[in-house]
Parts: sequence; structure tokens; C-alpha cells
Amino acid sequence: MANVPADLRYTKEHEWAKLEGDKARVGITAFAQEQLGDVVFVELPKVGTKVTAMKTFGVVESVKAVSDLFAPLSGEVVETNTELTKKPETVNSDPYGNGWMIVIKLANPKEFDGLMSAADYEKLTAAAGH
Amino acid sequence: MTDTSTSLKRTPLHAVHVAAGAKMVPFGGWDMPVQYTSIIEEHRCVRSNVGLFDISHMGEFEVRGPGALAAVQGLTTNDASTLALGQVQYSLLCYPHGGIVDDLTLYRLADDHYMLTVNASNIDKDWAWVTEGGRGGNWTNVSEATALLAVQGPKAEGLVQRLADQDVTRVPYYHFAHGTVAGSPCLISRTGYTGEDGFELYVPAERSTALWHALMDAGKGDGIQPIGLGARDTLRLEMKFALYGNDIDDASNPLEAGLGWVVKPAKGEFMGRAAIEAMRAAGVKRKLVGFEMAERAVARHGYRMLRDGQAEGVVTSGSFSPSLERCIGMGYVRAELATVGTELDVDIRGTAHPARVAKTPFVPSHAKKT
Repeated sequence: MANVPADLRYTKEHEWAKLEGDKARVGITAFAQEQLGDVVFVELPKVGTKVTAMKTFGVVESVKAVSDLFAPLSGEVVETNTELTKKPETVNSDPYGNGWMIVIKLANPKEFDGLMSAADYEKLTAAAGH
Repeated sequence: MTDTSTSLKRTPLHAVHVAAGAKMVPFGGWDMPVQYTSIIEEHRCVRSNVGLFDISHMGEFEVRGPGALAAVQGLTTNDASTLALGQVQYSLLCYPHGGIVDDLTLYRLADDHYMLTVNASNIDKDWAWVTEGGRGGNWTNVSEATALLAVQGPKAEGLVQRLADQDVTRVPYYHFAHGTVAGSPCLISRTGYTGEDGFELYVPAERSTALWHALMDAGKGDGIQPIGLGARDTLRLEMKFALYGNDIDDASNPLEAGLGWVVKPAKGEFMGRAAIEAMRAAGVKRKLVGFEMAERAVARHGYRMLRDGQAEGVVTSGSFSPSLERCIGMGYVRAELATVGTELDVDIRGTAHPARVAKTPFVPSHAKKT
């Protein structure tokens, strides 16, 4: 079973969010990268872009498929992982670490409480995977 | 996710793939391994070492009897009369209007005995087509009884040679021999869909698991890996080999698909001949080209191809090329734009991404075309 860190929160679209003060770091889960296979391209928004919870903020392309990325939380993009332009495969090898995608300055920090817990997300992927 | 696995067909090697941890996906009505580890890694394994593919989903029909050659000649576009015993030919089935029913390989097994290997997703359609009244020949559908393993890559010849009962190095490209591999009776065919040297081994379904394990064991020192359909697709795309349902179908004709070389009107009457000849006389309006993207942007089947903002074509296949580490694709464009070097755009989610018509195959073929 894919790894689901307990200190993160999740969306049903397989993104994770990590609270860092008034910001949140965002990426896709180990389950998501496994389903996608080899990631070859990640299209991220520019710094300054406003994103809305559960609306798309970018796209991830694997060899086989293209998949939308959904913002777990609303706010403004204050940082993007430019390393992914050169090494998109980091999303596969380190989805919760160096494979992060964007940092959002939260418009409404309370939204964070509405995200799925690790336990709930694990249940979702267990049901979807098999 | 919806559970469609119960209605999907399985190859005799299905359990082997599941045990190997393959990711299984539906493909043309079959539950098939798309990858075991990583498409890119599997792709590179075939280009540099050797890979083993289960392609038992492919269909096999045999036709025999005094009318066999005439039946094959009437149905296929290539000239089957030129086939020697032990020789293989790439060919097409066409509709009277010139559209493509399927592409296939044709084997001359004996004087009045041929085998056609057809695409998995087309087995039922093709079977109905070739056995329709008046076609002649005595047809048998041996698809279920026949498993098919492809051994492809620069180390394929050495591997099969060690396990075969005969000198397979003497089997030329697009030829075959009858023999055994690791004790299993096989039709040993020097063919493939990767652009590498290698073999396709037709084996009775009940022997396929034993043969699979024998090849995996004997190939350990060669770095053999099982290869899924994902890498099969990127490998064939780098060679610009057409995939039925993506690049060719009933709405495309052999000439625009660049398959005019397997249409032989001089052999006499065959299904689609008049229509294809009329198209040849009129000139093709669009052509299937290979293209390279300027940036890392993946063109996918169905995306529009543009020139100066005007729609001029459509992408039929596209992916990331693990060999070139660039995004490549195939698509139909207006014939005037088919020249190598022509600059086009691909409309990817509303943004025009630059592409250029490329020389193909994208990667040199290493098939043994002596």
C-alpha cells in the first residue's frame, strides 16, 4: 500500500497539503504518482496566481496520461518548484519531499480543517486501488 | 474506479503478470499489463538489453486448402504470391472504399496454408470479415489456443539461441522457423514492433507460462525484464509504426498512412483496390507524419495541429520518447505540410505549442534487415 504521511492533509483528487504557518505546501500523493506512472512534465502556475480550493491549478503529464492538479486550498501561489522543469521524475521518486509543487498563502486558513486526514485518505485509496 | 475486470478477457499469462506486480489496465477488451516497474525503464531495457512481452491478446487465423492463396490475395493488399515457405509479410485488410479493416502479418506455413496475425481489438471484426460468404478458403480461428511472446532487444538473439533446438541466427528478418524453445514447440518468427532485433514466439497457450519463466530465468544475465504495453507503445512510436485505432482505422487509407508500399495493385483484384487506385491517381490530401515538440509538452491522440492558428491536422499518437528525452508524435496533416522541417503547432489545452515535422523513424531501427 502506498505511503500516506500522518502529518499531511489530503484531497480526494490525490493532492496533499502541509501547513507551514499561514501557508501550505502542496504536491501529489504517492498513490497518485503510482497511478500516473513516469511523470515527464509538470505545468505549474506563476507566482502570484490566485488559486481556489478544488479548482485546477496545473497539469501533470506522465508517459501514458495527462491529469489535472487541484488546489487543496484557496489563496495566492507564493512559490513554485522550478526544479520540476528539469527533473519532473522527482514527483515519482519523492512525492512528499522534493517533488512538492506549489506553496499557497492561504486566503482562509480554516479551509485546512476541511481536508481529509491521513486515515480517511488511506481508506479512499484502499477502495480505489483494488 | 469501476470494476470492469470481470468482463475483460485474459491471456494465458494473466496470473504471471499479477504475480509480478504488473499494473493491469483494460486494452481492446483485454486485461493487460501496462507496466511492471516504469515505462521509461522498460523502454530502455528493450533498447539496451532484452525485454519479454506477452502479446497473446493478438489474434491468429489460419486458412488452408486449394483456395487459400486466392482467398488471401482477395482480402489483403500486399502480394501474398511472392511469399516463400517460411516467410512473413506485413499487409492490410481494406474495405471496398479503401479504409483499413486492420493491419496484419501474414505467414506462409505450407503450400496451401497461411496464418494471419491480427490486432487483439479487431479479432471479432476481422474474423467476420475474412469468413464472410464468398471469400473462399477454409478458415480456423486459433487465437485462443495460441499464446504469443515477443523477445526484443540487442540481446534477444543470443537468449533465444541458447534455448532453441536449432540455429536461430539463420532465421532472417521477416522469416520464421518451426522448432522448440526451452522444450516448448514454437513458431519462431524474426519479427517485432519495437525497431530492435528479436523474435515473436507463437506457442500453444498451455506452454506459455513455462516458456515465459524459462526466458526470464535464462535472460537474467542479459538484464531481461518483462515489458508492458506502455513501453510497447513508446517503442513503436519511436519507429513510427502505426497502431490500429490510433493512427489507422476504417476512416484512413493506406496511402495517406504511408503504407502504400504494402499495396500491390499489379497482383490483380483485391478488396479496396479500385478505391485505393483512384486515391493514388487523385493524390492524397493528408499524410501521416512524425513530429517533435519543441518543448516538454505531450501531444495526445485527438489534439488539433495548427499552422498560423488554422487547424491543419490531428494528432494520432503522442508521448514522451524515452530514447530522445523529447516529446514526439504522429498525426495527419495536409499533404502540403508533410515535408520534414515544416513548423506546426499542437493545440494542447488551448495553448499552441510549437512542433516540427521530423524525419522518421525517430530512432534508427536495429532490426536485422540483412
